[in-house]
Amino acid sequence: MLNYSVKRLLLLVPVFLAVSVVIFMIIHLVPGDPIDNMIQIGSSPEQRAVLIARYGLDQPLLLQYAVWLRNLFTGDLGDAIILRRPVLELIAENLPHSLRLGGLAFIFSTAVGIATGALAAVFKDSWIDRGVMALILLGSTLPSFWLGLLMILLFAVQLEWFPVSGARTWTALVLPVLTIGLHGVALVSRVTRAAMLDVGRRDFVLMLHAKGLSHRRIQLQHVLRHALLPVVTILSLRIGWIVGGAVTIEFVFARPGLGSLLITSLAQRDYPVVQGCLLMLAMAVMLGTLLGDMVQAAMDPRVRDSLK
Amino acid sequence: MTALRKTALWRVVNTWRGGLALAVLLLVALAAVFAPWVAPYPYDIQNLSATNKDPSMAHWLGTDEFGRDVLSRIIFGARTSLAVALTAISVSVTLGMCLGAAAGYFGGLFDRVLTAVVDLTWSFPEVLIALIFVAILGPGLYSTMVAISIAYLAQFARLTRAQIMAIKNETYVEAAANLGSGHFHILLRHLLPNAITPVIVAGMLATGDAIILEATLGFFGLGVQPPKPSWGAMMSSGTAQIFLAPWTILGPGFAIAIAVVSINLFGDALIEALDIRNRVRDV
Repeated sequence: MLNYSVKRLLLLVPVFLAVSVVIFMIIHLVPGDPIDNMIQIGSSPEQRAVLIARYGLDQPLLLQYAVWLRNLFTGDLGDAIILRRPVLELIAENLPHSLRLGGLAFIFSTAVGIATGALAAVFKDSWIDRGVMALILLGSTLPSFWLGLLMILLFAVQLEWFPVSGARTWTALVLPVLTIGLHGVALVSRVTRAAMLDVGRRDFVLMLHAKGLSHRRIQLQHVLRHALLPVVTILSLRIGWIVGGAVTIEFVFARPGLGSLLITSLAQRDYPVVQGCLLMLAMAVMLGTLLGDMVQAAMDPRVRDSLK
Repeated sequence: MTALRKTALWRVVNTWRGGLALAVLLLVALAAVFAPWVAPYPYDIQNLSATNKDPSMAHWLGTDEFGRDVLSRIIFGARTSLAVALTAISVSVTLGMCLGAAAGYFGGLFDRVLTAVVDLTWSFPEVLIALIFVAILGPGLYSTMVAISIAYLAQFARLTRAQIMAIKNETYVEAAANLGSGHFHILLRHLLPNAITPVIVAGMLATGDAIILEATLGFFGLGVQPPKPSWGAMMSSGTAQIFLAPWTILGPGFAIAIAVVSINLFGDALIEALDIRNRVRDV
């Protein structure tokens, strides 16, 4: 397991470098001079010179990238043009909100998804199964931001149970978590249901029936346990998608967070902030996937062997 | 007539879901193409004495904050959504197919690099990939198209590569090579025709996702710029009127939902009719 973990961690290095090159290049690929994209309008030549020295903008591109990377590791992500503050500060302010939202949405979709998927499999072809399947169809086809707006209309505007937007109270988390969660629940419960039905056809299940165990006990103690493996696989594959969901939903509910910060900065062309946010979000995807792979390897020796 | 009955499309139309979905899609497409004749009002005529009006006989889906007819803007918005989604996915399918076919057929270093890049992008959500490219290209109609086509590129390259890998060692390919056919001829005449169906169907299903992604970017204010209508942007300006005029959010939202659900139902029916569920899913 240690062997696998080390190898899997090392695999992260080229991935991180590739992603960081793309994000680094943003400021050079957008039309116009990189300095104009990094500095406030009407800055003095001295201020320009400071910036050129700081990022080595008169140096070859490869060297500039090295400098940028070094600054990155010392925590220097540059300064925001519009907000006139260090990007790192802005990210530190917004990150906890995103983590809270993403983490809760992840827990919600995993727990509720496995529960509904297992229910649908245990009571296959009953009204419970049909209800879960309808929920899955709804959750996987409706655009998430529209779902969010519908929730706002129903629960915040009409019923006034929850606040419309913002992040002042914990109740403000309920609707965003539900919105991201419904998509997650749809995915997880579809996989759980399919895996349980698949495992249920295997010989050892027949054996358990022959031993005289009750249907419910077989399903919950034996079948569900085996079926969790594909669920963990799909979760580790699609974990990045919680990050994508959080970006969209933060904006819909006007919550503070990395997604909102990214989209506002994109519209204002505040490139240092855009770079910082994209980097953090990409890191979240990479670390999430890493964590998923580790859990999978801990559960399944075959996964551990795949990196030998 | 008998020839027609044997086609997959006929089998799709014969199921109630497939037939209904196709009918709805045709209706949406026709409304988009003939928008200036179908829509009751032009999309940009403002009437500041009738802003945020409830749905009525004059304005079936109400008016927005500038007194513009919501229904007309939805019909014109269908043009943006469908044009962006169809163009982006066509480009994405074509490019992805070329890359995937070359990688699957020739193998070697190119295959290894492409597989690494595809695996890398696989774990990233499409919306994040699209946002990176909107960041580079700046907001607008064309950058939305480019961003969406790049976001889905990996999916089609991966799918095509798998299809080609599955058939490239078949006897008929070997026979063609022994008869002196060049690589290009083999790929174009023998491999692609046998590999193309699942890719096209996957492209159809992705068009639904692309409509959602376009609407999401529009909702962020990074897509088509005003006053041109797009479903996402309409909902975005509707959120400011959420207490006054909820219909400005509901209308475009239902339009997206109807279009996307129809595409998914039709695509699913097509997969059933062609019996290619394993080939589309197993990647």
